Amino acid sequence: MYQAIVFLPLLGCAIAGLFGWLIGARASEIITTALLFVSTVLSCIVFYDIALMGNGPYFIHIAQWIGTGDFDAEWALRIDSLTAVMLVVVTGVSSLVHLYSIGYMQEDPGRPRFFSYLSLFTFAMLMLVTANNFVQMFFGWEGVGLASYLLIGFWYQRPSANAAAIKAFVVNRVGDFGFALGIFGVFLVFHSLDFNTVFADAHKYVGKTFVFGSWNVDILTTLCLLLFVGAMGKSAQFLLHTWLPDAMEGPTPVSALIHAATMVTAGVFLVCRCSPMFELAPDALAFVAFIGATTAFFAATVGLFQNDIKRVIAYSTCSQLGYMFAAAGVSAYGAAMFHLFTHAFFKALLFLSAGSVITAMHHEQDMRKMGGLARYIPYTWAMMLIGNLALTGVGIPLLGVGTAGFYSKDGIINATYLSATGIGTYAFVLTLISAGFTSFYSWRQFLMTFHGPYRGTQKQHLAHADADAHAHDEPGDHAHGEPLDLSKVHESPLSMLIPLGVLAIGALVAGAIFQAVFVGDLSHAFWNSTVAVAAGHHAGAEVPLWVEFAPLVLTIIGFGVAYYYYVLHPELPPQLAARGGLLYRFLYNKWYFDEIYDFLLVQPAFWIARKLWKVGDGKIIDGLGPDGIAARVLDATRGAVRLQSGYVYHYAFAMLIGLVAIITWFMFAGAVP
Amino acid sequence: MSWFAAHALSVVTFLPLVGVLFILVTRGSPETVARNARWVALIATIADLAVAIYIWANFDGHTAAFQFEERATWLGGNITYHMGIDGISMLFIVLTAGLMPFCILASWTSITDRVPEYMIAFLAMQTLMIGVFCALDMVLFYFFFEGGLIPMFLIIGVWGGKRRVYASFKFFLYTLLGSVLMLLAILAMYFYTGTTDIETLLSSAHFPVAMQFWLWLAFFASFAVKMPMWPVHTWLPDAHVEAPTAGSVILAGVLLKMGGYGFLRFSVPMFASASVTFTPLIWALSVMAIIYTSFVALAQEDMKKLIAYSSVAHMGFVTMGTFALTQQGIDGGIFQMLSHGVVSGALFLCVGVIYDRMHTREIAAYGGLVNRMPVYAACFMVFTLANVGLPGTSGFVGEFLTMLGTFRVDTWVVILAATGVIWAAAYMLYLYWRVVFGRLVKPGLQAIKDLSPREVAILAPLVVITIIMGVYPKFVFDVTSVSVAHLVREHQVALAFDRAQTLAAREKAGAHP
Repeated sequence: MYQAIVFLPLLGCAIAGLFGWLIGARASEIITTALLFVSTVLSCIVFYDIALMGNGPYFIHIAQWIGTGDFDAEWALRIDSLTAVMLVVVTGVSSLVHLYSIGYMQEDPGRPRFFSYLSLFTFAMLMLVTANNFVQMFFGWEGVGLASYLLIGFWYQRPSANAAAIKAFVVNRVGDFGFALGIFGVFLVFHSLDFNTVFADAHKYVGKTFVFGSWNVDILTTLCLLLFVGAMGKSAQFLLHTWLPDAMEGPTPVSALIHAATMVTAGVFLVCRCSPMFELAPDALAFVAFIGATTAFFAATVGLFQNDIKRVIAYSTCSQLGYMFAAAGVSAYGAAMFHLFTHAFFKALLFLSAGSVITAMHHEQDMRKMGGLARYIPYTWAMMLIGNLALTGVGIPLLGVGTAGFYSKDGIINATYLSATGIGTYAFVLTLISAGFTSFYSWRQFLMTFHGPYRGTQKQHLAHADADAHAHDEPGDHAHGEPLDLSKVHESPLSMLIPLGVLAIGALVAGAIFQAVFVGDLSHAFWNSTVAVAAGHHAGAEVPLWVEFAPLVLTIIGFGVAYYYYVLHPELPPQLAARGGLLYRFLYNKWYFDEIYDFLLVQPAFWIARKLWKVGDGKIIDGLGPDGIAARVLDATRGAVRLQSGYVYHYAFAMLIGLVAIITWFMFAGAVP
Repeated sequence: MSWFAAHALSVVTFLPLVGVLFILVTRGSPETVARNARWVALIATIADLAVAIYIWANFDGHTAAFQFEERATWLGGNITYHMGIDGISMLFIVLTAGLMPFCILASWTSITDRVPEYMIAFLAMQTLMIGVFCALDMVLFYFFFEGGLIPMFLIIGVWGGKRRVYASFKFFLYTLLGSVLMLLAILAMYFYTGTTDIETLLSSAHFPVAMQFWLWLAFFASFAVKMPMWPVHTWLPDAHVEAPTAGSVILAGVLLKMGGYGFLRFSVPMFASASVTFTPLIWALSVMAIIYTSFVALAQEDMKKLIAYSSVAHMGFVTMGTFALTQQGIDGGIFQMLSHGVVSGALFLCVGVIYDRMHTREIAAYGGLVNRMPVYAACFMVFTLANVGLPGTSGFVGEFLTMLGTFRVDTWVVILAATGVIWAAAYMLYLYWRVVFGRLVKPGLQAIKDLSPREVAILAPLVVITIIMGVYPKFVFDVTSVSVAHLVREHQVALAFDRAQTLAAREKAGAHP
């Protein structure tokens, strides 16, 4: 059964990828989707068995992988509570996204390829979460990176999509560089890469040091930091986040599955999986909390003024991932996983709803050209509303009733408050402020899209579509340059609406149902010591009343501001944008990260590359070495030797003579000792 | 059968020469002769592959001793025709024999000029290459090692591109320098021990530490050029660019492996102390190779040059891992060589596919090929990813193990080398983007055709091998591990011996000032 969960998606990938041309697009869609649903049902059974009934953990050996000397890495499945949670999230969202894509991609000629990639991604992600050693995890880790690369660049005719795909892969590789060094370090210290061995022995190395590079450093802190660099890349954390917004070049279902619900949470999963190590390395944990809180704040500020409906959600994802790391950084791993779990529902819901809007708008993504759509696509409106309620964490603190985000996000804010360390306070302040920002950008996006006057029929505004074609979600030509008549706005097909409904139910109730097991009274039995659950970090712990109410107040303020600017006075934002204050420009341009990286890293890399080639290889090595010598040799021989057929035979002949000479010498002098 | 079993190595080495004989005796119109030559070469190489697989199937991976040994007198009393293989050399024979049929197939239509001579050159090449990995006598080894250059000269020089004379010139200068020094070292070793037998030298010869120093350097000169290591790598891009496709495949797939094999066969076991002394040098050059040539690869405008530079970077991992002198480092190095043989060979074949259609290797001349060549794009993608070292492909296992094995000895080297995973991703995906992705706008490409059945037959098996090696590399380590463990152990023993000798000499000097 466990093997089936992991390998059915691979089977689907192989069928659609290798035989898609033979069986056709429709058959590819049905096969991959059906296999995924089977996998989902099995995952739910596993979740029930392991996480809720307390059975397991199970270890299933599949085959030996790399083994030489004392190093041994096997293909194996590790099924414990942490894995079970991820199995449900990954297969659940993936199967819904498969179903959704049948409708969303119905006009695309590359559907077999698309579904093959989707299933490939799911397989790699499942290998990642079921890994029982660091190497298999790395396999899944890079595998999802590959699938992400392929899917971002799915529309390969678009230069922007190709650039975004490469950017995603290379930036992730920067993270993987750290991850790989972490793996080498773990092997150096523990002589094993097996999770059980490493976690069991971790306590032996508390306070011990080893030489890394030229420095004598604390073992566990160093290893955890290196592993966390990998997590930063995959989860698009501050400094390594630049690829995620660009990844929106991929089709929207991909954004929902990979760049919101599952792949980008792999970093959080890594930290939680390695929590037995991180718990023993407080300095590394503080760094995790610092980066997490900083990202939560940074991404939220950038999200404030984006105009592309998908980019707003992308920055929101980045920010929410920061929340998860902030929680992990204050040892609230249960809270981090809980937010990961609920976030998968409502963020997938938001992306897929955005996809529905984009479909309705015939591939228009600029919110400045939307407005008042609620009447035309009421179902999508409702779904987006639920998603936003869940994201902003609407609920009633005293009664403890609310949407998914109310439990998980506020749980994180509380946890940072309770940690009562310096870094905890930093995280608390930033995550709290970010809650207000989250509310503003979410409702701004919602109101710009669905309320106020429709701004799409104004032809002059749509003229940009030609110049800015890459902003469109699909290479379909019908959207370009054509002003979209409001009467053409339509609700999406059923295969897209059903997944939305399922996710909406999750976004509403997942928090209430699962709070007790993830972070509440039952969490010890639930996690079964697969993640470290520090004392005082469950939701029942007492926090002051103002801490409980603060997120709600900020959320309401955020909503109020958004309502004021985008419903009551919709003429104000364009004026403010046109005035272009410094802060506005700074935030709108994403703190200028892309420009800085391009200037500091990308351009110099190509410059160095050319210099090394032309000067290093060309002038110095060749100039002093072979070319210089060759020129002298040529000078010497040009006059003497005139061979019509070129020099090659000549040298071959010279070699032969040399060989013969040496052999002859041996033959006659061979007896000499 | 027993004769065959006893002489399997001679058969696998010289079987291609039988093909040469057949080609030589063929008479008839030029077309008939050419067609015959192609078929004879193909059959001979496939038969040779069958023999290689037979040897592999009968190879005992549980012992580090030499197997399939053959001895015969040759060149007087001291120099013998001594053949034999162990876990280190075994799979290189399979690699060579395995790549050869693909080379013949890849030349099927692209070579039209002097076909019989071309096929003869390749078959002779095969004999000499396999001989290198079988030879257990230094003179025999040298004969094969240097002899292999001659057909390669001819292949580049006769069937090469525009600047073939310059390329073969460069090739000649570099390798001549190295091989002369190696020859001197072989002579010195012979004078010191009275034997050129590799097995004897491995088991019982101990060279004084001071002598090891010079011998090591002399061998290094030859092997470093062959690898090639930075900074003696500049012959490789030129040779690749000028060589025909199949020549590039052999060059990258097999000839580059001779340097790494030489380090494992001679430098490490015979000059234990010197190997340790020079490890920092090797590592410095390896890291230079990985970082420097990766950058240079990023700037390339010619597909073959880009892959050639990437080869230098990948060989950097081999030398780094080999001189870590740990089980993982050396096993990883061998695996990396085998993997690189398949992957870079396949990449050159991929370049050859479109070169045959468009007759240019300029990256800028392509773009958007996936629109008309989806099967080609898929194959090329697999090899690109393998070159990037993606887990699940063969490229990952070797890189990972070499770094893992080296990290146990020195962290700095690996910290620098590991940046290679970033650069590789950058230059390979950048290449792939420019050639395969995008819109198909160039007029010359509008009618380009996807892979022919012959080309599918070439690339598909290599795709399968690349993935199998990545997912289940155990079949390689089953062959290599025991021999490598033996090598590491013997190296430790030799090192201890050298230390004891040095100490004893010092004490002696102290006792009698």
